[in-house]
Amino acid sequence: MLSIKNLSVSIYGKPILKNFNLEVNAGEVHAIMGPNGTGKSTLASVIAGRDMFDIDEGQITYMGKDLLAMEPEIRAREGIFLGFQYPVEIPGVSMANFLRTAINERRKYHDLDPLSGAEFLKLMEERKKLVEIHSKLTNRSVNEGFSGGEKKKNEIFQMAMLEPKLAILDETDSGLDIDALKVVANGVNKLRKPENATIVITHYQRLLEHIIPDFVHVLFDGRIVKSGGKDLALDLEEKGYEWIRKEAGIEEPM
Amino acid sequence: MPDITENITSELLMINLFRENFATIVASEPKAITALRQKAIEVVEANGFPDTHTENWRFTNLDPLFHAPYRFDFSNQSRPFDIDKIFSCDVYDLDTFSITLLNGWYVYQNAPLTTLSNGTIIGSLAKAMEVYPELVEKYLGTTANIHQPGLAALNTAFFQDGVFIYVPEGVEVEKPIQIINIIDSAEPLMIHPRHLVIQEPASKLTLVHCDHSLTHNVSLTNGLSETFLAKEANLDFYKIQNKGHNSAVIHNAFFKQKKQSNLISHALILNGGFTKNIINVELEEPQCNTVLNGLYLVDSNQHVDNQLLVDHAAPNCQSEQLYKGILDDEATAVFSGKIMVRREAQKTLAYQNNKNILLTDEAKANAQPQLEIYADDVKCSHGATVGQLDPAAMFYLRTRGLCERTARQLLMYAFAGEVVQRIAIAPLRERIDQLVEKRLKGELSICDQCVLHCNTKEPTVFNIDVSKL
Ligand SMILES: Nc1ncnc2c1ncn2[C@@H]1O[C@H](COP(=O)(O)OP(=O)(O)O)[C@@H](O)[C@H]1O
Ligand SMILES: [Mg+2]
Repeated sequence: MLSIKNLSVSIYGKPILKNFNLEVNAGEVHAIMGPNGTGKSTLASVIAGRDMFDIDEGQITYMGKDLLAMEPEIRAREGIFLGFQYPVEIPGVSMANFLRTAINERRKYHDLDPLSGAEFLKLMEERKKLVEIHSKLTNRSVNEGFSGGEKKKNEIFQMAMLEPKLAILDETDSGLDIDALKVVANGVNKLRKPENATIVITHYQRLLEHIIPDFVHVLFDGRIVKSGGKDLALDLEEKGYEWIRKEAGIEEPM
Repeated sequence: MPDITENITSELLMINLFRENFATIVASEPKAITALRQKAIEVVEANGFPDTHTENWRFTNLDPLFHAPYRFDFSNQSRPFDIDKIFSCDVYDLDTFSITLLNGWYVYQNAPLTTLSNGTIIGSLAKAMEVYPELVEKYLGTTANIHQPGLAALNTAFFQDGVFIYVPEGVEVEKPIQIINIIDSAEPLMIHPRHLVIQEPASKLTLVHCDHSLTHNVSLTNGLSETFLAKEANLDFYKIQNKGHNSAVIHNAFFKQKKQSNLISHALILNGGFTKNIINVELEEPQCNTVLNGLYLVDSNQHVDNQLLVDHAAPNCQSEQLYKGILDDEATAVFSGKIMVRREAQKTLAYQNNKNILLTDEAKANAQPQLEIYADDVKCSHGATVGQLDPAAMFYLRTRGLCERTARQLLMYAFAGEVVQRIAIAPLRERIDQLVEKRLKGELSICDQCVLHCNTKEPTVFNIDVSKL
């Protein structure tokens, strides 16, 4: 589904991802772990199409197509979803208006008729339940005045509305209490399908108790330095990242 | 038609014109008004017009505006006509008492002055000077400061007609009064309309003032309005401007507020070649409220300059200024907003905010917030921003599948929405909302029949439709 080959990315001349490789197939859940500042969010942004990063080298193929040649909205309509580490507040743009526009632009792209107001509202009510959102979203601005937990729930809610093929969840667990974490994990699990894939970015093992990954990769200094099964996450929880740093022969940051 | 040459100054040109037409201008007016004019023309002679060295005029150059072969109508050329023939208001549910000015002159649809059953008088200022000279004399010219740099003096010298409104004590005028100011002239035209609004204590009024042009011809409107809000009077005021690129509008609006009166003003500029809107609010007595909202959407080489002054001269008053603009192409905008808090104006709350979004590198916005505070127990703040659409928000929307264009429109629409949402008249708010959306989609341009009153009922297909959800 997603194939990243020899990807090198920099910002303002500063290299962030260095010769990065990753293969994700339908049905798989990949966890990407690693300390702060190693390039996890950068990877997610580059897959989603943020243009502030420079792609110095490498390719990304998604469903057999050249992903890097696509505009962010085309990637989205082709089924890529990014759950933001820091969801953006957009005052004055109502959740309902924004999501309905998003869904209908996507439907148009796939030659489907737009959802009517009633159909849309019905879908929204149904998907809200999935992530236990009780407030009326219709009259609220996108993420404005949402608590940290609400913002993260809102990301999963949008994912539920948009039904992506490949979801990338960037630290959706950080800042959540255990109940909210369960709600979020539960939502993600309910949305899993054999034809879809998920990349879960986290630096705690906690979330991976609820969303069981098939693969765990450790990102260090812009590269995957170790990959393994779900047990690797437990090892990391227990031993921290230091042993990996040593094993990979990476110098300590200044 | 006067012969305008480059070697004569704009001021001299206007002064000569005044002298030549003096007898016609003052024909049937009270002596006191004539005296006022003479004083005003002396001020023009002494001070001249503001130039780019004048405070509050640094970024707005008047001079080129005067160098066109203007026609002047020193008598009412408009014949009674059926307004519906050239206009049909498509703010469908907006039920207003509407009055029309054609080329600066009041159009007698029914009568030059109408008295409603509740005692409210609405009509032509020229006629009011004849019929109610004492009332007009008592107020006219008392708040319009002809010494302030600008064109208030010129208007005072030249005005002949405009709208007169008198609302008696305790009367709530149910229907909004809509003033439609039309310019329809085959040649370049200069006009000096003048409006006088008097609200007695505890009266309530909604006034919608629309500026439109019917032709693409050059025109210069130098308007002035004086509004008096007595104790506990309420005014909800709208100035909607949708003019052709060749039209220039300068408007001086003076408001005087007495104890516990409320003023909400909305300046909505959807289109206009050159606009200078000056608002002066004098809070003379305690516990007044003033809200000045503004929205300007300009493109090509349009220029809009909003100059506000809220003068807190009494304690315990509250004022807010919120002006927002979106500038495309090479459009330029100026905001100079001043909050003056005099020594006696303790417990003043005064806020000011100006926000601009520039869509191109060529567009320019100048924000000049000014606070002048002489009282010590006050809360005042001001803020001004000039920037682009938030790239993080753009990216967020696009990752959900919105194309760049839709995402931009959604963000601009939201930006403008903060001002639009403050429009209290629901049908007007909805209509303005649609116009703003059309404007931001590039679907709104000045048509022969101005947009607010466009006869073509466009099928409204909105993918952004907040109201239906
Ligand atoms: N907009 C930016 N400007 C400058 N540096 C950035 C920017 N975004 C990310 N970086 C740098 O890239 C590196 C990786 O950041 P990030 O991808 O956010 O890491 P992670 O998500 O793993 O914590 C960090 O050193 C960070 O400072
Ligand atoms: Mg991160």
